[in-house]
Amino acid sequence: MLHIVNKSPFERNSLETCLSLAMDNSTILLIEDAVYAAMQGGKFSDKMASAAEQCSVYVLAPDLQARGMPDEKIISGIKTVDYSGFVDLVADNKNVQSWL
Amino acid sequence: MTDEAMMDDEMDGEEGVIKKFLYVNRKAPYGTIYALESLEVVLIATAFDQDVSLVFIDDGVYQLIKGQNTEGIGVKNFSPTYRALEMYDVEKLYVSKDSMAERGLTEDDLIVPVEVLDNDQMKTLMEEQDVILSF
Repeated sequence: MLHIVNKSPFERNSLETCLSLAMDNSTILLIEDAVYAAMQGGKFSDKMASAAEQCSVYVLAPDLQARGMPDEKIISGIKTVDYSGFVDLVADNKNVQSWL
Repeated sequence: MTDEAMMDDEMDGEEGVIKKFLYVNRKAPYGTIYALESLEVVLIATAFDQDVSLVFIDDGVYQLIKGQNTEGIGVKNFSPTYRALEMYDVEKLYVSKDSMAERGLTEDDLIVPVEVLDNDQMKTLMEEQDVILSF
């Protein structure tokens, strides 16, 4: 299962609900305002770091760059993907759940 | 009303009162249109010579992050506009200390000089205003 989250964790609880309901070994992709959750030093960083141990966590690079979030501050264990990587994730997973 | 009285009325209107306007920004850029719209309204308001302040709270602090590059998402990068505000005499930019800390951000991460306010200072600033516009 691929879980897609697009809202800032500071503004909505969709990421937290996703994390609490995602199976181990599932895949989580952070896009749009959810990319802030991939950054070190924030309120959700510890939670995301442990999520990255249970699941495969990806973040969409163009959305990071748009928001001025530098690669070197991404939580370790979280991988970046570009748009074609996004497509691969969708194609490789049996189903997709979007947490709006 | 006599012509003279009408003219007096118009004169009063033109003199105008300077009010304190506060723009409260609480949304991250790009994910929604709020940040850009706020900036547009601020720029329009500069034409009316009012006493303008901007505050950035919650995800609004992300609007001021350095190094934004929107080529990949095909949207206009409006962050350089914050640096141009000074030319329109908009010089009072405030950010919330708590909002910065929650996000692991420091003043060095920001594109413009700001004043960092704690919640007590923020309360006082808001209380002093004549008009508050939220985005």
